[in-house]
Amino acid sequence: MKDSARHLLMGAALVLLVVLAGCRTEHRFVKKVTFEKTNDIVITFAGPVDAAWAKNVDNYTVFEKEDPDILLAIKEITLTPDRTKVTLHFKNALNQSRAHTLMIKDIISEGKSQGAAVLTVKKLYLGYLFSILIGAMLIHNFVFTKYLGLCVFFGTSQKRTTAVGMGITFTIVIVFASMLSWFMYQFILKPIRLDYLQVVVFIGLVSLSVQAVDTILRKVNPALFKAFGVYLVLVIANCIILATPLILADKEYNAWESFMLSLGAGTGFLIALFLMSCVREKLELANVPPTYRGLPIAFIVAGLFALAFLGFSGMAIF
Amino acid sequence: MAVTKKTNKQLVLDGLLSENPIFRLALSMCPAVGISSSVMNGILLGIAVLFVQVFSSCTISLLKDYIHPRIRIPTYTLVIATWVTVIDLVLAAYVPVAYKAMGIFVKLIVAFAIITMRLEVFACKNPVVPSFWDGVGMGTGFMFGMVTLGTVREFLGTGGLLGHDLIGTRPLLFFILPLAGFFCVGFIMAIFNYVEIVYKRMKRKRSIAQ
Repeated sequence: MKDSARHLLMGAALVLLVVLAGCRTEHRFVKKVTFEKTNDIVITFAGPVDAAWAKNVDNYTVFEKEDPDILLAIKEITLTPDRTKVTLHFKNALNQSRAHTLMIKDIISEGKSQGAAVLTVKKLYLGYLFSILIGAMLIHNFVFTKYLGLCVFFGTSQKRTTAVGMGITFTIVIVFASMLSWFMYQFILKPIRLDYLQVVVFIGLVSLSVQAVDTILRKVNPALFKAFGVYLVLVIANCIILATPLILADKEYNAWESFMLSLGAGTGFLIALFLMSCVREKLELANVPPTYRGLPIAFIVAGLFALAFLGFSGMAIF
Repeated sequence: MAVTKKTNKQLVLDGLLSENPIFRLALSMCPAVGISSSVMNGILLGIAVLFVQVFSSCTISLLKDYIHPRIRIPTYTLVIATWVTVIDLVLAAYVPVAYKAMGIFVKLIVAFAIITMRLEVFACKNPVVPSFWDGVGMGTGFMFGMVTLGTVREFLGTGGLLGHDLIGTRPLLFFILPLAGFFCVGFIMAIFNYVEIVYKRMKRKRSIAQ
């Protein structure tokens, strides 16, 4: 009871945070500033603004919050017919994962000045994290669109129970191992300039975390260990578990983003295994030509799944 | 300790055909599907794997008497990781464009089951010279598989080989899509199976006739 109340409270806090982050602007006349497409910023005003003022490029100054000396060049400005929405088109694509500062000179609306405004434009961070999770899980699924971890994928997708067991074990280990490698890379390898040793260090950390999960699970929950212990050995033979720390190091993700990506990679593998095992259980009963029995037909089924997952490509969330 | 009785030639041929890592043992499938879309990728990754396999086989067979059996798997992994780092840095320095095309796969050679398996099955029980030839066999077997796949896919997808246009049209553009690797591997495995079935049937007939 106490637990559920706490969860409810946390949920409410999260919703409040999202609402607050969505609507907050620092100026009374500016209602909303958002990113749009790849190189647009849209400003919504509370009332109609002067067209000549709005179309003047000199009235807007935009830069990334962290580098105030690099001003971003505006190519064109458009105004909606009701004169409340201004769209700034930029020459280059904006790095939307970073916060941008937008300074507007002396807003003029119906002949009256509304004062200058300094605004911050940023994406919803929770939304961004969520998009990393969904991206790793479906849009860039490691098995079907990056073709990693195939040995273990074909080896353990014969039965549904095996597939689920392997998937869950893998998710636990990959989150553990990726966070460990992320910490090691960001705080030890990079500061002392040993980043060329990443392969050696990451594979060592992966084996270490497999061993750690093995030991902890054996002591803490023997029943769970009985169910999932056999899959732990296989986890290390899966290239996804090494690919994820390498991708994290390459993209310089922070702790939350790393957590989301590794969670997405693990659950994505679980989804792929589950889908595949459902098909392969049915294939046992089908009349497959003898030359295609076993692995060849499994590869062709995986190819069909990959075609289906191609449909997710190019999808953008938030 | 079962020291091998095979000759060096036999070891290489085994790796190339009857124990081909991609089509027969079905190990290290990720690159076979992921980056076999051109012959060049196949050759380069093949060279990288050959290098890592040969050098780690030799290292392990030299050190085999000093490795405690209980820590042998971590030792193999560390040896492989060291050689992978070497080839990774070399490729990044001398062929940067092709290195970019291969992406993360060069670093992932560490996780290829085929290399660890050869160390466990062969190199830790045999002297240096057979281990060397076994490594050569497995490496070239892998390269052979990758090049076969690359040839099929590049020829059918772009109508050319190694970037040169051969027939002027693109017969089946589908094969250049990354995911066509799944279909290609499936079909080629089926062909290998078919050859095996026909070969066994002929052998049985011959033995009955005699």
